[in-house]
Amino acid sequence: MATILAVDDSASMRQMVSFTLQGAGHEVIEAEDGQVAYDLAQQHSNVDLVLSDVNMPNMDGISLIKALRGMDSYKFTPMLMLTTESTKDKKMEGRAAGATGWIVKPFNPDQLLATINKVIG
Amino acid sequence: MAVDISQFHEMFFEESFEGLEVMENGLLNLPPGSSDIELINDIFRAAHSIKGGAGTFGFNEVSEFTHDLETLMDLMREGKYSVTSEAVELMLQAVDCLRHMLTELKDKRPIDYSNASEISKHFKLILEKPESTAPEPEQVSATNDTECKSWRIGFKPNPEMLQTGNEPYRIIRELGELGCLVVHVLLDDLPSYDLIDPCECYLAWQLDLSGEAVSRDAIDEIFEWVIDDAEIGVEELSGAKISISQEAPAQHSDDSKESNNPLPEPTAVSGEVLPTSAVAINSEASIPRSLETTKPKAEPARGGDSKSIRVNIEKVDALINMVGEMVITQSMLCQLSKEYNEESHNELVSGLAQLEANTRELQESVMSLRMMPISFAFNRFPRLVRDLNRQLEKDVELVLHGEQTELDKTVMEKLGDPLTHLVRNAMDHGMETPQERLEQGKPEKGKIELKAFYEGGAVVIQICDDGKGLDDKKIQAKAISNSLIQEGEVLSREEIQDLILRPGFSTADEVSDLSGRGVGLDVVKQNIRALNGSLDVQSKENSGTTFTIRLPLTLAIVDGQLIRVEDSVYILPLTAISESLQLEEKNINTVAGGVDLYRIRDENIPVVHLNALFGHDKAEGSEYAKMLVVVESNERKIGLVVDELLDQQQVVIKSLEANYQGVEGLSGATILGDGTVALICDIHDIFTMSAGQYQLSFDKIFQSGHNYAA
Repeated sequence: MATILAVDDSASMRQMVSFTLQGAGHEVIEAEDGQVAYDLAQQHSNVDLVLSDVNMPNMDGISLIKALRGMDSYKFTPMLMLTTESTKDKKMEGRAAGATGWIVKPFNPDQLLATINKVIG
Repeated sequence: MAVDISQFHEMFFEESFEGLEVMENGLLNLPPGSSDIELINDIFRAAHSIKGGAGTFGFNEVSEFTHDLETLMDLMREGKYSVTSEAVELMLQAVDCLRHMLTELKDKRPIDYSNASEISKHFKLILEKPESTAPEPEQVSATNDTECKSWRIGFKPNPEMLQTGNEPYRIIRELGELGCLVVHVLLDDLPSYDLIDPCECYLAWQLDLSGEAVSRDAIDEIFEWVIDDAEIGVEELSGAKISISQEAPAQHSDDSKESNNPLPEPTAVSGEVLPTSAVAINSEASIPRSLETTKPKAEPARGGDSKSIRVNIEKVDALINMVGEMVITQSMLCQLSKEYNEESHNELVSGLAQLEANTRELQESVMSLRMMPISFAFNRFPRLVRDLNRQLEKDVELVLHGEQTELDKTVMEKLGDPLTHLVRNAMDHGMETPQERLEQGKPEKGKIELKAFYEGGAVVIQICDDGKGLDDKKIQAKAISNSLIQEGEVLSREEIQDLILRPGFSTADEVSDLSGRGVGLDVVKQNIRALNGSLDVQSKENSGTTFTIRLPLTLAIVDGQLIRVEDSVYILPLTAISESLQLEEKNINTVAGGVDLYRIRDENIPVVHLNALFGHDKAEGSEYAKMLVVVESNERKIGLVVDELLDQQQVVIKSLEANYQGVEGLSGATILGDGTVALICDIHDIFTMSAGQYQLSFDKIFQSGHNYAA
């Protein structure tokens, strides 16, 4: 099963994401913003997938992905952005930063699992 | 996997209400023309989170409503829309509306959307979008035809595609889940071994997919993330062409030159990569995973509305630490009991003392879990004052002090209304208009201060204004006309000012829209009394008024006076007792209606026999060899006849409702040191009950008391 770094500043979103992923047998590392996630990513080299919100305090999701892509152990790691339809241009920005893909909010647990199965295993 | 999403609702609501606070405070601090990007970002993020969460947890109406607000904030964030006071005003209204919507949703009540749609209309005007632009779900539902379809897909990733974390293998696997997939690998671009960069992708594929209900949308969705990182061609095949064709894959566009190459025969190299030139992947899942099919439904949340509190992690750690110490003490005592002899007696005593200390500490920490910073109650006031400034054309600044002072959650919740009343009162009656202030030689801008601090075992909250102060003469005249006092009565300044807190007093000549509302300050005082607190007023003419609220730190523990009534022990809250005395028969007078009045100094106080009130059988012995406990509630006194005064101690209140059922006259129960249960009297209830007992309204009783005294 995969180790997933889940980044969102909303506690309820993190809770939902973690609960869903853990329920599917994955290990989840939670972070409440990009900076925390970046620090955690440096401590963990075994992350199989990064799920990150875009709008967050301290370090946003785009900057996080850009920073992680620059690290050797995250060169090929799938990174998905959790984004809303109103931030379409963000998708392009995210792709340019090295994001693998995106999950459009709102999503439910089943959609989340279906989507991450596209990029793990 | 079925995940019940309603389990996250509570957290979502809690978080959203916090988000609304952030937005509200942010908006209040956002002056027109501001370009404070940090602040705008904070507000935007809060709106964004609420919108995202609402959509995820099935509250689409909230999500849609928040959309416009978010869009407007986004424009401000990008500097495309400057901050105007109209926009801020509208957004504040939207915050109120959202708060209302979320409250209704939380309590599972239907929502009235008229206000929301009104506000939405204004947003559309601001955003210059005449039509409703509720966000369309981006996903397009897959066409549900069950016809067997075949597709030929050319897929050539750009060399650097792997470095975005996209893996062709997974994409092909995904396609395989749609139906029967035949995979051909194209090796034309594969360089010689020594030229291979392991980070790049050199392969291309021709993929033949067939299956029931395989739609173009489902295929496009799979390639959604890599459209810009690969050349992709998709062509629908007729059923006949599904078998491996030697012809070039059909084109979807001319730029896909790669797929012009004829399919390679199994070569030596390809043979190493794939055992055969064609691999068929069969899928159990032939239904495309359309996002549409699992659209979140707004199903009603299940489960009780258990209330939660947020607790600082440090408090929890301290608690765990304390429990640890208690376990150590307990095991020490346990050890001692096994080898107990006379010599170890002192050890036992000190061990028990240790346990007592641990228990007390534990009790204190557990109580502190219920404590919340008073900022939760104060936070609404900047908004209130702002609105009232506009409404009353006053210019008043609100200053908060001691927002971190902690107070019991229940007390806090019940404090909201009285505080609001006092602040409104200060704004309406206390503060002058800027004009008046200048005439009085005061600074144009008025000031209201909200202070909170600890004093002894109590929390003190003060509402201070620097307004015109109380007019003693006016108060006195008013009190006389309302027959609260007699003409010619000499009162001290404090006594006069206290009059405004008495029932039946209201200084405003007309009931104004604001503080009036037919509810006087006496109600505020009563509410605070109900929390075992007190309300005082101090005022200096022309320099302001200060209301002081004193509250116990918690409602869960009360300082109690244990009393005996026949053979039962009851507890009276110590704060309600004004005095206790030996009952003397000669001081009792029975007046009309069978009411007993007791004469203390120059007052006549109605007497209530607790044994009769609580239905105890009368024991032998003279009734009058007893104690009289004088208790006060709402400015009135009664004397309770009890058999004996026992200890005073702190008691922990246990709910009767939760353990048995509510009983009139009792506010709860507690467990005494000897393990017996004692009932705690509700003084306010006892007033009501004894009035009923006499079949007279208390007004009449007091009236007769006055007459008797006069």
